[in-house]
Amino acid sequence: MRICLRKVDLPLSPAPISICRMTIRTARPNRGQHFRPRTHCLNKLESIVVEMQDPKSGVKGSEQKLNVSTIPHVITGKDVIAWITNKMKTTPEEVQAFGTMLVAYGYIYPLQNHKKLVLCNDSSLYRFQTPYFWPTQKWVAEDSDYAIYLAKRNIRKKGMLEAYEQAHYSHLHDWLNHKWDFIVMQATEQYKAGKERNKPDRVVFDCQERAYWIVSRPPVSEHCCVKSNDPNESITTISTNIFYQQAIMRSKVKSSVSLGALTKYVTTYKNHDPFLAPCLPSNPWQTDHDAYWTCNTRIDVPTKMRVERWSFSLFELLSDLRGRDDFKVFLKKEFSGMPPHLMRHLSNLAFWEAAEELKWGTASSMTSKAETIFKTFLAPGAPRWINIDGRTMGLTVKGLDHPHRYVLEAAQTHVFLLMKKDTFFRYLKSPVYKDTQKNALSPAPHNFSPAQLEQNAQNRSLGVHPVIVWQQEEEEKAKAAAASAPVDVKAMMSKIDRKK
Amino acid sequence: MCDQTFVAITFGPCDCCGKASPLMNIYIKSEATNYCSFCVEVMATQGLQAGESAASLKKESDSLKKKLEEERAKLSDIELSQVAEKIEVLAPLSIKTRRVLKGHGNKVLCMDWCKDKRRLVSSSQDGKVIVWDAFTLNKEHGVTLPCTWVLACAYAPSGCAVACGGLDNKCSVFPLSLDKNENLNTKKKSVAMHTNYVSGCTFTSSDMQILTSSGDGTCALWDVESGQLLQSFHGHTADVLSLDLAPSETGNTFVSGGCDRKANVWDMRSGQNIQSFECHESDINCVKYYPSGDAFASASDDATCRFYDLRADREVAVYQKDSIIFGASTVDFSLSGRLLFAGYNDYTINAWDVLKGTRVSALFGHENRVSRVRVSPDGTALCSASWDNTLRYLGFGWATYSTVSKGFR
Repeated sequence: MRICLRKVDLPLSPAPISICRMTIRTARPNRGQHFRPRTHCLNKLESIVVEMQDPKSGVKGSEQKLNVSTIPHVITGKDVIAWITNKMKTTPEEVQAFGTMLVAYGYIYPLQNHKKLVLCNDSSLYRFQTPYFWPTQKWVAEDSDYAIYLAKRNIRKKGMLEAYEQAHYSHLHDWLNHKWDFIVMQATEQYKAGKERNKPDRVVFDCQERAYWIVSRPPVSEHCCVKSNDPNESITTISTNIFYQQAIMRSKVKSSVSLGALTKYVTTYKNHDPFLAPCLPSNPWQTDHDAYWTCNTRIDVPTKMRVERWSFSLFELLSDLRGRDDFKVFLKKEFSGMPPHLMRHLSNLAFWEAAEELKWGTASSMTSKAETIFKTFLAPGAPRWINIDGRTMGLTVKGLDHPHRYVLEAAQTHVFLLMKKDTFFRYLKSPVYKDTQKNALSPAPHNFSPAQLEQNAQNRSLGVHPVIVWQQEEEEKAKAAAASAPVDVKAMMSKIDRKK
Repeated sequence: MCDQTFVAITFGPCDCCGKASPLMNIYIKSEATNYCSFCVEVMATQGLQAGESAASLKKESDSLKKKLEEERAKLSDIELSQVAEKIEVLAPLSIKTRRVLKGHGNKVLCMDWCKDKRRLVSSSQDGKVIVWDAFTLNKEHGVTLPCTWVLACAYAPSGCAVACGGLDNKCSVFPLSLDKNENLNTKKKSVAMHTNYVSGCTFTSSDMQILTSSGDGTCALWDVESGQLLQSFHGHTADVLSLDLAPSETGNTFVSGGCDRKANVWDMRSGQNIQSFECHESDINCVKYYPSGDAFASASDDATCRFYDLRADREVAVYQKDSIIFGASTVDFSLSGRLLFAGYNDYTINAWDVLKGTRVSALFGHENRVSRVRVSPDGTALCSASWDNTLRYLGFGWATYSTVSKGFR
């Protein structure tokens, strides 16, 4: 569904109304989007049209007798020209051109000779179009609306349609056939509603509507303004072609592989899904007891389920801060004081974390962060130098001249893949992980009596507000940063033989 | 995880102008190149080259489209239903309403969970945005926006702020304060500015950036602190109604769905549209990633929900029933991805078995259309927001526990 303006009542005098209502509309490509470059100038045009309708300083209108009825607010072409000349103070040719544009875009419509959309500098009669039918309004002149309009005119008087309208009508009947009942129903409704209006109102409205459709569905294809034969269309086609080309060349995977992976995911996580298996000790929403949440915070002893989940992927391990802590413990134990090709495991995670902070940080902090990262990880002889291939290093260092949030993408990806394919599996086989697994808790399931459940409901714990948790974490981070001494790589390097 | 986007080069010197910037991977005459977004636009606006005409471009477009369909068809060597045969059938689920949150005076349009698994933010038609502790049913914060129809709201990952937007064409961020008397409007930060209503917003991995979708047909990535537009995403030809960020470790892509019936997958770094699916017959109201990040689901006004496999680049399942004729407005997966909860305009929520394609459970209780369903971050509960001014949450009921005491139906 989409928010759009909907007809409720139609004004006689050109007073704009807009009522917003959610409606369910089947969408066709909104050609209105293609005209975005135009709406800016049309907005300017509109403010002038509004000025022209000012009762004191605008164009003078009068009542005119047309056929049998009297139509209010009719203006003459020469009055319009005179007003524009006075307002813009420019040459007659320009004024004429501007006036014709007003008619061509449907802001003013001629009462006689309604198919010729020009402004004549004589006593030809015109009227201002109601704002509902202005071209910049958010709804597009859809084919189904046009079909309803033509059907309505057909109902009113058979054989009233012109040749080109008849052609449109047959074409629409073909491709909108599935909706035809709806269209005929709408047309009949509108026709009946129209009959209930008094004659002058009806004549005015018919003129307005007819004028609108002359502009939106003109008889002759070439010289018109509001049609889709615009240069924007070829731009869109080119962009679409670019999209299709890269989509075709994009490497894809066979369904058997990808669907197999999806089902494997479901099976792996089956026991961890509270909708499929009970969560231990109990689901807080059922028993009003929040033990499940308190035992899954960043505490020292995690639960067995949680530790199992870390083994599913590096992503799970790193997303759970407790898991990340465990991983860091492992890295420190395994690789501190080791040769550089193993030390990199330590700096890899630190680099990855720093790169994440750069990527998701504020725009203003980028330059300083990039500098710190360069000094710590990338500069030759840096204290936590990461070992990436020469090409990536070269590109990254070069990019750091003009820091951008994605400047470390290549390096970060390289580092992450290393961690994922190597370090992660070492971790899962390590004594650190096995110890954590062994010591992990298996909370017994709660078995509350109805009385206890009532009690739980009365005493629901308030928990800690996330703002407080965040403040505490920031304090801890600051303390940790102050306490850790920078690693002296030079001293370390001198102890190790270089193999080259 | 979608390895493709993970390894693609998306930052470096442009092959055309040489400037270091985010890059789009495109093909010029079948040769792979990396252009910055500006050069791509210039290329597109160069208009018709010699020997081309609007008609020949259109023909090329149609033949490329056909070729893409052929490529996709080559990879459909098996159907999801066949793979699912080996999976056991789900036991019948008994899901009951656990609590009803009352407090909004008008239609609740959107809600989002906090990462602490118990708090949530909800927004409604009367301009009110409320932050609840759903566990204790307390309203913790409230703010009134000057506009009505707050269509989008999101909770920041740190839990320290909320973002909301709607008919005011803007998305604003409100830092939450522990001081109950403070008016949150004073610290309001106006971040996103669109030319039409904001239909969806979400924070990225940090509080510092938000991603918005809008009725003007674009999505955009913004820096919260400065309000700067970091990247915009063009490609939809009608209102964009929904978006979702990929949950994978790289978090580099997001999917958006709109009134042009298309669901597009975008690379957040370069702004490039990398995949597109046009399978629905009507507006797409909601899109949501599968927990692994390799697939996503969409809900549409054509009363179906569909499931798309991103690695094979095709739609693999349609969740529909003859008895369901009203549009689906929202979807979300359970933690394992086995269940898909969808909220419909006929006031019900249906739970689908994602793999087998069957409906597992139908949930009733709302008195007006369901605007949003969201599973909590740890998967323990499902919250649904509705036009009947309430939010409900539903959880799985095990036979071991007696039925929940009075007042919570």
